[in-house]
Amino acid sequence: MREISATLITEEVSKMCISANYFLNKDIYCALENAKKEEVSPVGQEMLSQIIKNADIAKENNVPICQDTGLAVVFVTIGQDVHITGGSLKDAINEGVRKGYTEGYLRKSVVSDPFIRVNTKDNTPAIIHYDIVEGDKLKIEIAPKGAGSENMSKIYMMKPSDGIEGAKKAILDTVEAAGPNPCPPMIVGVGCGGNFETAAILAKKALLRPVGSHSDKEHIREMEEELLEKINSTGIGPQGLGGRTTALAVNIESFATHIACMPIAINISCHVTRHAVCEL
Amino acid sequence: MNVKITTPFTKEEASKLRAGDIVSITGTIYTARDAAHKRMLEDYEKTGKFPFDIENAIIYYAGPSPAKPGQAIGSAGPTTSYRMDAYAPKLLDLGETGMIGKGARGKEVIDAMIRNKAVYFAATGGAAALISSHIKKAEVIAYEDLGAEAIHKLYVEDFPAVVVNDTEGNNLYETEKAKYRTL
Repeated sequence: MREISATLITEEVSKMCISANYFLNKDIYCALENAKKEEVSPVGQEMLSQIIKNADIAKENNVPICQDTGLAVVFVTIGQDVHITGGSLKDAINEGVRKGYTEGYLRKSVVSDPFIRVNTKDNTPAIIHYDIVEGDKLKIEIAPKGAGSENMSKIYMMKPSDGIEGAKKAILDTVEAAGPNPCPPMIVGVGCGGNFETAAILAKKALLRPVGSHSDKEHIREMEEELLEKINSTGIGPQGLGGRTTALAVNIESFATHIACMPIAINISCHVTRHAVCEL
Repeated sequence: MNVKITTPFTKEEASKLRAGDIVSITGTIYTARDAAHKRMLEDYEKTGKFPFDIENAIIYYAGPSPAKPGQAIGSAGPTTSYRMDAYAPKLLDLGETGMIGKGARGKEVIDAMIRNKAVYFAATGGAAALISSHIKKAEVIAYEDLGAEAIHKLYVEDFPAVVVNDTEGNNLYETEKAKYRTL
């Protein structure tokens, strides 16, 4: 049994909330620079220039890349031989979010109820997903997610007869319907299979994968490549103002499913797709 | 074409702009997003007043992050505009002449823009640190309890935006997408 203190978890979560919101990850930054070189639309090029310049300013001045510093989405992978001391894991994470969002001057974007809508003023509660594995390590991944792109996400409970072509169509339709709203260039996270909630969680997890990475399943990899090409042929372009750079990546995760099911969840993300990781 | 715009933003000035014009805005604008729009219109129903002069006003759909010490404002990019579609036609009918946000508008808003000689500008979504360098002064003038959603009075200099919907019903999102579509 290995002991990890709740205080350490709080500290790490706090730091990650801040760093994820100030510093654009290198994979996305490089993808934006490459896209700028290849973009054919002059307005699209200008939009990509502004987006890159913005990331530079945020990094230099230690300020949020985007004002929507998001809901704090947290993926916890905890070894079954880990024992948390000095408090609960959930409380430690929420305390870290509270601290990071306050000390980092990040926006508090959480309301306590979907209908009554009173701001909780500290960006808690976080959305936490837990996975228990073998070993004595604790991995915490933070993916603060803005609402502009989240609102463009969809889930389809498709029929097995719809097949892979049906799934591709659903994904493309979702991107087309999103258009300029989710701040393209987007990152498209897709979860295929499982059941209703698993597909959605897989789609969110797919967004954690670096831009340029691919599924190791051949048919899924082909699907990722074909969809990226199609999405970049829609004409939507950077910020929806026309061009070839509509998405930087299509990341697809898949899982076993029921004989009657083919759920497809599409979690749309923006050019400020944030992700920070720590392993304790 | 790069056009300099100053506030107050009159219907006459708005009518000169065309979808695709790149503009830089200097003067006073006001932030309002979901909750502020809802409350502003509820208050108007009761009192007949707005927290600021709506005539010739530009509203910026934004909820900034908190200012660090020494900053006028935190990061302050646009939010997605369609969520304000339920409120925008009424505000346009009452004198609002410009809206800044990002993303597509519904038919009722576009019709209200044509009817009232108003325009919709897009600012670059997610370019919040860059945009806030054009915001020189900021103060909360109403609904402080809403936090980031409070109404801020901003003084902006050369605030960068693009005309998406003009007073003749042109829509830049549609025309530009069609140009580059190869699907």
